[in-house]
Amino acid sequence: MHSNRYIIVYSTIMVILVAVSLTFVAVQLKPRQEDNIRIEKMQNILASANIATTVVNAIETYNEFITQTLVVNNKGEEIKGADAFGLDLALEIKKPVDQQQLPVFIATLEDGKKYSIFPLRGKGLWGPIWGYLSLTEDFNTIYGVTFDHKGETPGLGAEINTDIFEKPWGGKQLFDQDGIFTSITVAKGGAKPGDIHAVDAISGGTITSKGLEKMVKDCMLSYEVYIKNKGRI
Amino acid sequence: MSANNKSNQEPLFSAKNTKLLKKPFNLENPITVQVLGICSALAVTVQMKPAIVMALSVTIVTGFSNLLISFLRDTIPARIRIIVQLVVVAALVIIVDQILKAYLYDVSKKLSVFVGLIITNCILMGRLEAFAMGNKPWPSFLDGIGNGIGYGAILVIVAFFRELLGSGKIYGYDVIPKVVFEIGYVNNGLMILPPMALITIGVIIWLQRSRNRELIDKS
Repeated sequence: MHSNRYIIVYSTIMVILVAVSLTFVAVQLKPRQEDNIRIEKMQNILASANIATTVVNAIETYNEFITQTLVVNNKGEEIKGADAFGLDLALEIKKPVDQQQLPVFIATLEDGKKYSIFPLRGKGLWGPIWGYLSLTEDFNTIYGVTFDHKGETPGLGAEINTDIFEKPWGGKQLFDQDGIFTSITVAKGGAKPGDIHAVDAISGGTITSKGLEKMVKDCMLSYEVYIKNKGRI
Repeated sequence: MSANNKSNQEPLFSAKNTKLLKKPFNLENPITVQVLGICSALAVTVQMKPAIVMALSVTIVTGFSNLLISFLRDTIPARIRIIVQLVVVAALVIIVDQILKAYLYDVSKKLSVFVGLIITNCILMGRLEAFAMGNKPWPSFLDGIGNGIGYGAILVIVAFFRELLGSGKIYGYDVIPKVVFEIGYVNNGLMILPPMALITIGVIIWLQRSRNRELIDKS
């Protein structure tokens, strides 16, 4: 039987050794891990403008197509000197509405048309969901979307990041003909054919679908003034 | 071979040692016989690539945790041995997780929590308690590797069938020709869902037990 002193010394040394080795590994690998996260973000931004990328060409493609980034506040005014790409929307949406810094990415595609990409973030059933939404030059029609999630149920809520769910968003409109912000309804039981303000929800993924609907509505509402100002020009 | 065992210098891959490696494949398979590590086997077997990475991760962790614990076995105070085992396993799992996040980011996203959950995989603690605490480092290492591969083999077999029948692919490559789809073949969406993993494992257990009748419970 070992003495208490032995056990205490033994566990102390063990914990210190483990802590040192884990810290070493974490510090060594951190730059690579951060690169991966940045590349994934670039890929998501591009995917919402329907530009397919691979891990290898993501940075290059991003620099080629994303011609402008800016940060705005909820009054639609541009905030100078802020880094749009580096902003963490998860932190921004927790701030009071008038202090939020909201990034906008502008992609210029081969046909010369400019698409504005807006980040989204909200809550699903089990954890955060997020995505990007791109608008065409009329600042009303959706060009493309991409969604992702932390841990929605596979086969149900997790379907939000599949083409089947994302593709129908293209061509939908955020504002009605009177210019009132209506957002997009994620309709349980299916959207009516020809409804330009609704898409089909996911069967069995109602809470995720509703969370996603709220996410699009809340996040795009923050950009409402900016979008309206741009749309009128 | 028995002559070798009697000599002081036992060869690295003596009959006894190779048995340690081979046993987990069949008669002592962690998944199909001991029914351990089922949760992760259900979760990460939709495609081959995550299944293979998971299999490798578990094999590395079982091998090296067995090795380390076996080295330390005479110094570990009996009263805190489970905690010591857990710390060693947790440290190794975190290292594996960090490496995956740095070098195989897409796979690590698919594996998500299941890499972290290797810590709670019963196979690990089971092998540490049952084997590494009472055996020399080299046999312990082999035992760990054997169990990891035994676990991984089932994972890969299940993933093979789920990916082939569920998505028409093997390791991400399309293998079912377009013509077959045109005739009217469709991928079986059920294969992608967790229940089919359980049923596939069930079929493997059934096949294995009909070949090895000694595995069938008497009761």
